[in-house]
Amino acid sequence: MSTEQRALPSSDPSRRDFFKIGLVASAGLTLAALVPSALAATGDPTKSAPVFEPNAFVRISEDNTVTVMCKHTEMGQGTYTGLPTIVAEELDADWSQIRAEGAPANAKLYNNLFWGKAQGTGGSSAIANSFAQLRQAGATARAMLIAAAAKQWNVAADSISVAKGVVLHKASGKKATFGSLAKLAATMPVPTDVKFKDPKQYVYVGKKVPRTDSVAKTSGSAIFTQDLKLPGMLTALVAHPPRFGAKVKTFDPTKAKAVRGVVAVVAIPTGVAVVAKDFWSAKKGRDALTVEWDESQATKTSSAELITQYRALAQTPGAVAKKVGDAASTLAKCTKRVDAEFEFPFLAHASMEPLNCVVQISKDGCEVWNGEQNQTGDQFAISAALGIRPDQVKLNQLFVGGSFGRRANPKSDYLLEAVSIAKAINQGATAGVPVKMLWTREDDMAGGYYRPLYVHRISAGVDAQGKPLAWQQRIVGQSIAAGTPFEPMMVQNGVDVTSVEGAANLPYAIPNLQVELHSPRVGIPIQWWRSVGSTHTAFSTETIMDDLAKLAGKDPVAFRTELLAKFPRHLSVMKLAADKAGWGKPLAPGKPGERRGRGIAVHESFNTFVAQVAEVTVASDGSFTVDRVVCAVDCGIIINPDVVVAQMEGGIGYGLSAALSGSITLTDGVVDQSNFHDYPVLRLPEMPKVEVHTVASTENPTGVGEPATPVIAPAVGNALFAATGKRLRKLPFQTSELKA
Amino acid sequence: MIKLNVNGKQLNVEATPDTPLLWVLRDDLQMTGTKYGCGMAMCGACTVWVNGAPTRACQTPVSAVVGQKVTTVEDIAQTPAGKAVQAAWRKLDVVQCGFCQSGQIMAAAALLARNKRPTDAEIDAAMAGNICRCATYVRIRAAIKDAASTLP
Repeated sequence: MSTEQRALPSSDPSRRDFFKIGLVASAGLTLAALVPSALAATGDPTKSAPVFEPNAFVRISEDNTVTVMCKHTEMGQGTYTGLPTIVAEELDADWSQIRAEGAPANAKLYNNLFWGKAQGTGGSSAIANSFAQLRQAGATARAMLIAAAAKQWNVAADSISVAKGVVLHKASGKKATFGSLAKLAATMPVPTDVKFKDPKQYVYVGKKVPRTDSVAKTSGSAIFTQDLKLPGMLTALVAHPPRFGAKVKTFDPTKAKAVRGVVAVVAIPTGVAVVAKDFWSAKKGRDALTVEWDESQATKTSSAELITQYRALAQTPGAVAKKVGDAASTLAKCTKRVDAEFEFPFLAHASMEPLNCVVQISKDGCEVWNGEQNQTGDQFAISAALGIRPDQVKLNQLFVGGSFGRRANPKSDYLLEAVSIAKAINQGATAGVPVKMLWTREDDMAGGYYRPLYVHRISAGVDAQGKPLAWQQRIVGQSIAAGTPFEPMMVQNGVDVTSVEGAANLPYAIPNLQVELHSPRVGIPIQWWRSVGSTHTAFSTETIMDDLAKLAGKDPVAFRTELLAKFPRHLSVMKLAADKAGWGKPLAPGKPGERRGRGIAVHESFNTFVAQVAEVTVASDGSFTVDRVVCAVDCGIIINPDVVVAQMEGGIGYGLSAALSGSITLTDGVVDQSNFHDYPVLRLPEMPKVEVHTVASTENPTGVGEPATPVIAPAVGNALFAATGKRLRKLPFQTSELKA
Repeated sequence: MIKLNVNGKQLNVEATPDTPLLWVLRDDLQMTGTKYGCGMAMCGACTVWVNGAPTRACQTPVSAVVGQKVTTVEDIAQTPAGKAVQAAWRKLDVVQCGFCQSGQIMAAAALLARNKRPTDAEIDAAMAGNICRCATYVRIRAAIKDAASTLP
């Protein structure tokens, strides 16, 4: 991440300094008293301030609570359970005394170790980058508690044991809780060489522990940004232009201002904000507003036009992302070959909580309450917008009602919009008033920052024995990293690695492989979407593998097996999924007129290996159901098996939603979809049965938030092919092509 | 002034009669367990009970519930079905991001309040209106069955 190369804050304030800033900023508004209950945290607040803070991650209070400061966002993927599990394990805490709390923005303490000096959550990295760090944090705290007990009881430290939150000297029978030792432990020297547990001794890692956020999220008490209420807070809705790149020309606020509850109507760089005492007033105000837009710089392209352009580009050489051997000349010699084009639409993230953000500007800086995913980048962007230092931007972490990548916007788009509203009203009676910007579902759906539209072209061939010889792939689609702070890290030699991941690292033994990329510049805002490049590369590559198996006259699993000798982790998940699914055994027949089929796909993303076998039933009219999905995953050491299973289930559902019906289209630059009626998403009746199997491993843990998502579309597509003999290469699947 | 009965309490609110119940609950009464997800009764995140029937609060003008009994997620544990559903949701760790779950719980509790032994097809029908983008559907199904098994 290129924020590394930027100057870091001259002083990275500790949490206490941040707290002081907060107190100053909120003087007179009694904010400070409200803030703790609004922070993303699980369990009851501690009755007393922590007295033992051996490091940035562990806080122990005299009431015996262990608070684990979670540097990664909880947006459903289970970080507030997984990160504390690692600490609890090495600390030998009792799970009931653990609570999770969202860490403040402080890149010095809470940077993502995979992102250099920046704090943020993405790339399925939370557990992977935290594993060693949190083992260290837990083990250090444990050693200091033991040292405290040894001093108090005047016994040797190595005669003391810890289990389930109890510190015990077996010989004398002396026992103590963490809380009772906390004050003394804080005075002990911090050890530098703690020993980690033997994994055989694990009591939490690899076992089911309850999610820390289940109670708050089933009682309606979890506070999301949408729910935050601050004293004097106003609510803002923004009228956005109908086309990306348009600006406000003129606007007439008269009717909007006449709506009861509307306080202000202000122009901001991204549109016109209607600021009111509550949502409904703001909504009615916005409905009454008239705006004339300057569309001279607006994008007026259409999806259909882009697809035509991209298909033409796919016929021409692009920037080379991977070159092994000579794919082009070998293809000419292949006895049998497949030449195919794939189409992928723009996709909205469509999280359940539409985008929103709360901002308050004061003379001391800017305070933000948000489901925050890109702390350091957002601090820089906001500080630049306001002409203040990054450390004057205080970010308060709230629960996140889904993100799937959207809240880690490399341009900080929605945060800057909220900041611009707070800035615009920072005068007169509304000076310094906190403002909650809410996007409606329609704003969110048409707001851009989509998974880009892509076209792939693949030519691949096998020899007379059915052995693949050559594979040439061209990918066409906007670069996600270009023009963002991530560009220097992610774009190399004209290739955005996020556009070709999953294709340029094709695991199969194919002696001649070439992957090329075109990254046309189009004025549609785009962004990463759960599993990023793999959202499209897994589908095209695993579909072609199925085609090649057919050309070779081989079973899809047997065919892949021959080509994965050097990739044992791909191989093991594929075999596990195939075995558990009963691959090779006939499927139970459907009702008369129904066609049934089974398909497999295997794919690695974010160093996690996933294979899925899907079973489908296709009706004579082409409509189909996905009945069952058997999923195998290898994510290294499994911290929380139940969370891994949940992420596989959810990832499959999210990917299936896109494969069945996800499509954002543009006509003359206007987004055609607006809500769930025209952007249908997966509903409960469409959810298949899912069985998840995990591979036991001693490798370092890797992420599970994303890797299930890209595998389902090719598994289903291959199952549809098995059922019908018809090959679908365009997402979402067009059922009309499957008519009997 | 509009008089409401929410979770068994008589409340007075200052709101225009066309204001959706959702925003009265959230902005006037500070009961934020009920969520805004789509504003057109397409997602179910705003599901509350009106006289025991699951109702989309985003499409229900507040004037329409005067004299009716409104129940929200904050009080659903006071009903046998609600309590069983909440317990099953926790036992099976259904939630992920959690934003839709108030609505899911209200819909599931309404189903079990009128049908203690729903079939798979009845679960599908009752829950089809509630979207979960985290796709926790596998566990929602399982938790409804688990909750049903605990109801006498």
